[in-house]
Amino acid sequence: MLEDLEQFVAALKSAEAKAAALIIYSQQEAGFSAGADLRELYVGSAGLTAAQRVSGVRKFLERIHGVLNAIDGSPLTTIAAVHGVTFGGGLELALACDLIIADKMARFCFPELRLGLIPGFGGIPRLRRDVGNAVVRDLLLTGRSINATKAMSVGLVSQVAAEGEVLRVARATAAQAGKFDRTTSAVAKRFLKPIPHEELRKEIDLFCELLARPEVMEGLRKFVENTGAHPYLP
Amino acid sequence: MKTLEQTTDEILGLAAQHFKVPREELAPSDDFYKKLKIDSLRALELITRLEHHFGIELPDYEVQGVTDFRTLASRIQARL
Repeated sequence: MLEDLEQFVAALKSAEAKAAALIIYSQQEAGFSAGADLRELYVGSAGLTAAQRVSGVRKFLERIHGVLNAIDGSPLTTIAAVHGVTFGGGLELALACDLIIADKMARFCFPELRLGLIPGFGGIPRLRRDVGNAVVRDLLLTGRSINATKAMSVGLVSQVAAEGEVLRVARATAAQAGKFDRTTSAVAKRFLKPIPHEELRKEIDLFCELLARPEVMEGLRKFVENTGAHPYLP
Repeated sequence: MKTLEQTTDEILGLAAQHFKVPREELAPSDDFYKKLKIDSLRALELITRLEHHFGIELPDYEVQGVTDFRTLASRIQARL
């Protein structure tokens, strides 16, 4: 998956001269993305020392940050067209885009604290860039999910589309953005949406610090080993 | 103010419509995970549908552990 994203970003560079906008959309029925594969994280970490675990995850995080920073800083107008579950890493990908357009049934969440972690793909710095700190605290410290209407009311989402209409609305928005002078749009974007590099690096450090704790691996174990309808989430 | 019975009835109707099951097959005491054959992610679809219908927010932690329609209705009643 990470390799696919890196290839996508490499291809994006060559497409930037020809395109005006980028829409990121998922054809998965359940939603835009439920985020990182915690099973992979747990299985990949099992048997490693805390130091080995942290070292491997840090390298992974630096690569995914490279991908998201490239999308964030693209001169194109970028639109996340989201539906259904937009959680964790999925929400972090959406937050790297300039606009989030949501299907009415979309749902947003940062559940990481429920497992003893914080978002690791730039979620907190980018959420802080877009919405008020009270909203950031509400989402992070309760781990609750919110619907598209609420997300629009707090400024996370720019438009809400009727069910099944999000891609059409995103395309209409991209067409509008495409009418503008590209250089002007890119200059405006750099001014309006600076990438919070320092906070992003700090987030990687904090994530790794937390991941070294045995409590986190225990939480991941309970989550991964639970195969019932109700996941282990405090 | 709606009664608990009215709210429960509306939830049953919305759940039947959303998950395409006959309304008459659903009862207030049913475990909706089992009856609708859904997992926790699909249950969020129901929560989202209910939030829109009743014009409320239903935080996940308030419905955590809730499995039957009647208890779900009581959580919603507390937010109306």
